[in-house]
Parts: sequence; C-alpha cells; structure tokens
Amino acid sequence: MSRTTTNAISRRQLLTLIGKNLGAAAMMQGMGALGFAATSTYAGPIRLDGAPKGTRILVLGAGMAGLVAAFELRNAGYHVQVLEYNNRAGGRAWTVRGGDRYTELGGATQYCDFADGLYLNPGPWRIPYHHQGVLDYAKRLKVPLEPFIQVNYNAYLHSTEAFGGKPQRFREVQTDYQGYIAELLSKAIHKEALDDALSVDDGHLLLESLRQWGALDRHGAYQATQRSSERRGFATAHGGGLMPKAVPSNLLPRDALLASRLWQWLSSGNEQDFQSTIFQPVGGMDRIAHALYSQVASAVVLNARVTAISQDEQGVTVRYTDTTTRTERNAHADFLVCTIPLSILSQIDIAVGPTMRAAIDAVPYETSVKIGLQFGRRFWEEDEQIYGGITYTDLPISTIGYPATGYGSTGPGVLLGAYMWGPASYEMGALPPAERIAMALSQGSQIHPQYASEYQNGFAMNWSRSPFTNGCFAAWTDALRKVHYANLCQIDGRIVLAGEHASHIPAWQEGAVLSSLDAITRLHRRIVNG
Amino acid sequence: MDRLRLISGVMLMAMVMVAAKVSAQAVAQDAPRTFTFSPGYRFTETSGEALYNATCAGCHMPDGKGAQGAGHYPALADNPAVEAAPYVIVNVLHGRKGMPPFGDAMSDDQVAAVVNYTRTHFGNRFAGDVTPSQVRSLR
Repeated sequence: MSRTTTNAISRRQLLTLIGKNLGAAAMMQGMGALGFAATSTYAGPIRLDGAPKGTRILVLGAGMAGLVAAFELRNAGYHVQVLEYNNRAGGRAWTVRGGDRYTELGGATQYCDFADGLYLNPGPWRIPYHHQGVLDYAKRLKVPLEPFIQVNYNAYLHSTEAFGGKPQRFREVQTDYQGYIAELLSKAIHKEALDDALSVDDGHLLLESLRQWGALDRHGAYQATQRSSERRGFATAHGGGLMPKAVPSNLLPRDALLASRLWQWLSSGNEQDFQSTIFQPVGGMDRIAHALYSQVASAVVLNARVTAISQDEQGVTVRYTDTTTRTERNAHADFLVCTIPLSILSQIDIAVGPTMRAAIDAVPYETSVKIGLQFGRRFWEEDEQIYGGITYTDLPISTIGYPATGYGSTGPGVLLGAYMWGPASYEMGALPPAERIAMALSQGSQIHPQYASEYQNGFAMNWSRSPFTNGCFAAWTDALRKVHYANLCQIDGRIVLAGEHASHIPAWQEGAVLSSLDAITRLHRRIVNG
Repeated sequence: MDRLRLISGVMLMAMVMVAAKVSAQAVAQDAPRTFTFSPGYRFTETSGEALYNATCAGCHMPDGKGAQGAGHYPALADNPAVEAAPYVIVNVLHGRKGMPPFGDAMSDDQVAAVVNYTRTHFGNRFAGDVTPSQVRSLR
C-alpha cells in the first residue's frame, strides 16, 4: 500500500466531510473543483457494448465527426468503412503548410509557400478549455497541445477614425477605460447620486473596489501616476543602474477614448469560449484529426464523391464517384452515419423521410475569409513585443492574429492577416486569391508598416469557395432550430446524421465531436435493441 | 516563392496606400473597376454589377457559370430558371438550401438591381424589369 492511499483522505471521504459540515452548496463547489460536476456535456469516453458480430456501418465524411464515429464504432467491434471527398482526412480541421496545393471552386489554385514549420489553420484555430470532447481525444491520442493566446495586452486595438488612425495598445485602452468609469462612478457616489441604490456601507465598499478596479488614487481620481502606469505601461520604463528614472505615461483623453469605440473589443476575452486557458495542437489544428485518422486509415476511402444514398429493409447503399478514376462505385452497409455538410447533402439524392429532408434543405451556410501572410521576420515580436494574441481593427480584415508558437525564432513567421465575416467577407471572398492577399496587405500595413518590406507570400481561404463544404458552417437561427433541429438529429431508418450542423455548438469542433458521440450512441442502442 | 504574386501584391499595395483611406474604397488589381468593402452588416453597393461582384460572384462565379465540387453552385448563365424573376428574388431574399438569405443585408432597390443585372447578363436576355416594390411584396 502506498503512503498516499493509507494516509490521505479519500475523495469520497472528503466529499462526505464537506457535505456534512458545509451543506449542499459547498459540496457542489467542492465537486466542481475536483472535476466531477463540470458543466460540459461531454461525459468521458463512450462505451458501446454488445455490437452484433459482423454489423457493417458506413461513415460519410472524414472530418472530426466522421473520424470520431469511425474510431469509436470500430473500437466497439463494428465493421466500419469511411468515404471522404477530399484527398486527405480532417475536413475543416485543416492546416495549410508549405508545399500544399489547394484549388478552390472556380479553379483558382494556390501553392502554399510557407517556410518549414509555419502554417495557417483556415478552419478552427483554438480549443476552449471547456471543449472537453476535443481535448479528450487530444489526450487519448497523445496529441501535444500548447496555449493559444486570445487576449494580449500588448496587441493593438485600431480604428481608422480614432487617434489619427494610430493603433493603441490593449493595455492602455483597457486601463484608461476602467479608470475613467471607476472615477465617474466614484464621483456619483460622493455626490450621493446612488443613495437610492446603495446603503452607506455598500457605498464605502464600492468606492474601495473602484479604487482597486480602476487604479484610482486615494481620492478616487484617475490620473497619470505610477499606479495607472503599472497597468498601462510607463513612458520611460524602470531600468537598472544609472538608467533614467521611470516616467509615468500620459492617459488617452476620456472623451476621445469614448468616441473611439475601441472599447468594443475589450470584453472579447470574457466570453467563455475565449477565456484562458485556450489550446492549440502543437504544429497545427489538423493534428487531432490526423491522430484519429491514423487509427482508422485502413477503413477510409479518399477521393470519393457521394452522389446518392438509399436504404431499404436490407441495408444502405451509397453511390459514389472515385474522382481519381472517374468510376462509379457502390458501398453497402447495414447502417449509415452521414457527416456530409448540409450545404452538400441538400444536393444529394438521399432516401430519408420528408421531415429530415426538409431539415437538410433548411439550413443556410455562413461564409468566412481567413488569410495567412508570411513575413521575412517576426517584426511584431522584434519591433513591437507582441507575442501571440489578437489585434482588432475596424478595417475590413477585422483581425490580425499572431502565431502563439515559435516565439523569438529568427527567420520568417506567418500571421493571420484577415479573419472576416459578414458582407466584407463576401466582397473579399469574391476577389481572386492574389487580390485578397493584396487587400489584406494594404489594410494591415496601416497597423504594421513593416508589411511593405517584409511580405513574402500568402494563402487566402474563402470558405464559400471550398469544394468540400460550399460554405463555412451551418448558420442556424432560433426559428429554424425550432422547426427542424430535432428532425435533423433523429435516426431515419438506418441513417443518422452528425457534424457541427447537428449540434448546438456550430462551427466548433466540439459540436462535431458531441454530435457524433450522441449519434453513434443512439444508433448503437437501436442496433443492439433491434 | 511566387515572385509574380509578390510583385503584383506589393504594387497594388503601393497604389492603395497612395489612395489613402482604405476602409471605404480601394482599387482592385488589373481592372479599373471600383471595389467597396461594406463596413457593417448591410451591403453598401448600389449598382447591379457591383452587387453581383460583391455577393453572387463568390459562389456563382464572376462569369455566372457556377462551380462543381463535392456539390455544386448552379450556373446563372444560360439558366432557364433565372427567367422566373420571382424565383430569383425569393432566393436572394430568403436563401435556398445552403445559400444564405440576403434580404436583411440588402434594400429592395439593391435586390432589384442585382436581380435585373443577373437576368440581363452572362448571355441571359430575359425581359421584364424587376421593381423594388415587387421585391418588397416578396419579403
């Protein structure tokens, strides 16, 4: 017996003790802290026991949903075959590297020239800490992760209309914004303007908290002091020896700060999806999908374009074209897990009932543009001390994402030079790839003038021209969900659908994983129970 | 490295930088056509051609010939379905299958303009001008 088990209090004993002494609320808290009562709907690795021997399941699509289905169903003892349209596995969980070639709809071909080790994730690029399904596959398959930086206090917030178009550091905007608000609220309390809402004691507490939250002086004023500069940075930083003494930095003027609307980006990191810690696989987002693929590769047929899906009492038949030889083939199985995006599936002849058919046809797909730009050196690190994280701008490119890996390396680096949604992404996406890149360069150079001398090559993804998805993700509305979502997720005879489109977490890999686990669990139950 | 692409990109960048304020309008490569980025959630183009290039061309392609991958985008060129103006209007306003709706991102005038453009270009010669009020009635 080890020391730990003999001497340490067991987890159950500890919980009982907390439950007895502190009541149920404290017990819930304790359970959360120990990892029992987490909010994720992921319930750990699934167990599918008792698969009937020789039962065949066909999986359409080798993205995250299809790969998870294939991996788990195979582990459960099913005979699994996967058909995939692309000549690679992973779907939208995709990483573009030097040497890759990509032809979008319309025929424009891009040859990626990124240097060794550099990459762009055209699809998902971050994994929130609470996406326990994706994280568990990374863990089980030993895919190394590293932190993805969402909020970087030294990155920029930029408006073409504010501060002469000069980008402002996040730390300066946030510190001043909080400082001014805290100061205003303090004044209101001193003027007894909030007496209806606050008791005298609460007022004192609030004043104390505002001094702390807003870096105010002891009189409740927000000023250019050591205290504010410890957050927003000093004009002359602290040094050693006989170096110059530190000088506090000037504040942004309050009215100009308010008018700048730069505050619109301050709370991005407060969303649970973007709260620290966020992860990325070391080497590119496709690493998790590829780890799954390596487990089931022998079952996957690539270059298979599905043209028709039928079912009857005997089983399912999927007609597909081998796109390398242009030959027509059929695949047969007892059951089918279809993860083809609805934007594609709605164009395929599929033998399902009218309510599922209506659901397949109901969901529009959103577009998005992402552009990777390679520069000869990491000027954002060398010149501007920006290590990972995101700059936000009101320019159409909207986002500059700095690589959260390889810090300090010499030689070229790739940053995300545009991440666009809405009308601007349609407009940008309709341009040829080289013009998209040129636009991203011209806009981004307003923030980083180094673009002009350091640019080397780029890769521009427009999701509406993706040959394998015809769009980016399923753009459900509440009204559409109400009518169609449950119908989409039902098992129809021998067919069940899965993917981010069959989840409440659209556009995230976690949605694909949870949808897949739910679909195959229900399908397995149906098969076993007959 | 793709030197040609680099050179053309840098040249364009220089042009655009001279043109100063990029957020509103910028000049696109090789063609003197005007190119606009819409700043919010509504398209700001007004002519049928500009709206076509900003929206439809992304999927149905600049020449209206559509595209084929795992699925397809239907051609608008030589497509008899485009003759039925209400069908085209409804698709633009409300979307169709994976095609997203543009009704909330365009005014009646804009929808009429882009539908008229589509029905009279790419070899299409369909009669009957679509009016904004016709668009409004189909919202």
